[in-house]
Amino acid sequence: MIAYIIRRLLYVLPIVFGVMLITFILFFVMQTRETMAKAQLGPRAKPAEVKNWLHERGYDKPVVINAAWADPAYHHTDQPWWDSIFINQMKNFATFELGESDFNREPIGEKIKSGMVPSLMITVPAMFVGLFLAVALALVQVLYRASALDTGMTVACAVLMSIVPMAYIISAQNLMAITLKWLPAFGFDLQGWGTIRFLMLPVSVMAVIYLGSDVRLYRSIFLEEIAQDYVRTAQAKGVSGRGVLFKHVLKNGAISLITLVVAHLPLLIMGSLLIENFFGIPGLGGLVVNAIQKQDFAIVRAAVFIGSLLYLFGLLLTDICYAVADPRIRLS
Amino acid sequence: MSLLEIRNLGIHFHTENGVVEAVKGISIKLEKGETLAIVGESGSGKSVTGLALTRLLPEPPARYVSGEILLDGRDVLKMKGDELRKLRGKRIAYVFQEPSTSLNPVFTIRSQIAEALKLHRPEVKDLDAEIIKCLDLVGITNPAQRLHDYPHQLSGGMQQRVMIAMALACQPDLLVADEPTTALDVTIQAQIMDQFRDLRSKLHMAVILITHNFGIISNFADKVAVMFRGKIVEYGPTAEVLRNPQHAYTKALIQCIPRLGARQHRLVTIDHAALEAAS
Repeated sequence: MIAYIIRRLLYVLPIVFGVMLITFILFFVMQTRETMAKAQLGPRAKPAEVKNWLHERGYDKPVVINAAWADPAYHHTDQPWWDSIFINQMKNFATFELGESDFNREPIGEKIKSGMVPSLMITVPAMFVGLFLAVALALVQVLYRASALDTGMTVACAVLMSIVPMAYIISAQNLMAITLKWLPAFGFDLQGWGTIRFLMLPVSVMAVIYLGSDVRLYRSIFLEEIAQDYVRTAQAKGVSGRGVLFKHVLKNGAISLITLVVAHLPLLIMGSLLIENFFGIPGLGGLVVNAIQKQDFAIVRAAVFIGSLLYLFGLLLTDICYAVADPRIRLS
Repeated sequence: MSLLEIRNLGIHFHTENGVVEAVKGISIKLEKGETLAIVGESGSGKSVTGLALTRLLPEPPARYVSGEILLDGRDVLKMKGDELRKLRGKRIAYVFQEPSTSLNPVFTIRSQIAEALKLHRPEVKDLDAEIIKCLDLVGITNPAQRLHDYPHQLSGGMQQRVMIAMALACQPDLLVADEPTTALDVTIQAQIMDQFRDLRSKLHMAVILITHNFGIISNFADKVAVMFRGKIVEYGPTAEVLRNPQHAYTKALIQCIPRLGARQHRLVTIDHAALEAAS
């Protein structure tokens, strides 16, 4: 198991390398560096200003490899072949040096750190609350399957799924903030326990948005398990309906649940753009979208770097969860 | 009083495509320590009958439309949830057809047998010792080392032995073995049947063997009930039924058993249309 984890951690290196290479190439294929500079200096920037802007940020170098080095005509150059944008950046990333924003030269590490905190404070509780609620409701439906309660809950899920996410956001803000004045409708401020006031609405809205479809999905997973032979064996032993469900079915169903939870991982890391936008939360999602709009490549590549690292760790964690939940799976 | 008496039992399944009459008024009597074989083809209602003994059929779709199932004179069909759970595993235990799916894949053998013991024999203090005793009884070698194995670490024959050990752990009065050897290969089949024969006499329990295989019952069951389309078409002492079958379906079934050394080019099959017309 330890050997497996170490091997998986080593795989992270080539994968992140590949992800970054593609990101770099895509970014420079999509546009010329001059348009990048002019997007920030203004369309009437003088060529000297553009040149200076590119030089300050190291963008006057070749993208991937300094091919000029191999050309005998340029051999006198003091720039070695590894003097390229990509390799210089990767060297910085190797020491977790994220650099400065292209736009206003602010340190990106600070920006990402300050964006990740509110993002994770919303998405992590939302995921756990959502998961807990969905599993609990699905188990209730399975326990009382083929009853009026089951049918009623299925209809309720269909209704929940049919409502646009935006409607949840606006009606929650309207009810809790404007009518009842219990919670702030908008904004975020780190102030210890007081932060919770800002988190309540976005977290609960985010949990409810996915609730309908999650309950439907988990219900079908548990129903599939309850039709298995081992359930009949447990009943034949004299185990009660609840015992069968909470012990036998839940543990088997958990294996399928893990797969579904992984699907939420990217969302967890990059924040939910919609929620962050509507609740005025200065999170990662907004940071990245802003950077893309402003063509701030430095922020985009740093976010891709951090995002791909976290995603890979998430996948590793998933595999470990599988091995813990299912004795038939051995990590080796 | 008989250990088990089924009187005029009728079971229907209410499905989207209408009502299926799975069991149509059958009556069976079983004494303590006796062995009954219920023989029939797929869909004849034999497994449904077996599951009905402790009301294990999911209701709905199943519905008990008539009759009674008397265990020591008390009607199982009138029992409530709690009483039924005390019956299951404790008085009537089951061994099912497919051991690889009938055991829960994510729990150890120990925890699956311990679950039954904790439910029905709370007086047992040393669970491990008792479980080892059960595993030893069904012929598992080195039972102490097997305790913390998961089902997938055992062969099919071993898994079925674990199922039997689990069924016997609470010392039931009646063991219902529903096609216990169908999923196993022939040599293992013989071993498991020997095991049943051995345990039956050791533990003085009654056995209901549900099978489609006439071959394995001849020197195993005291009585045989042949089921066809939800009805018992023939019922009597095994030797008599085998020697002198009365019903056309029983005759056909017995003819289907391939005989060693018989000159025969094609195996006999059952002509359902003719049987249908006859009955």
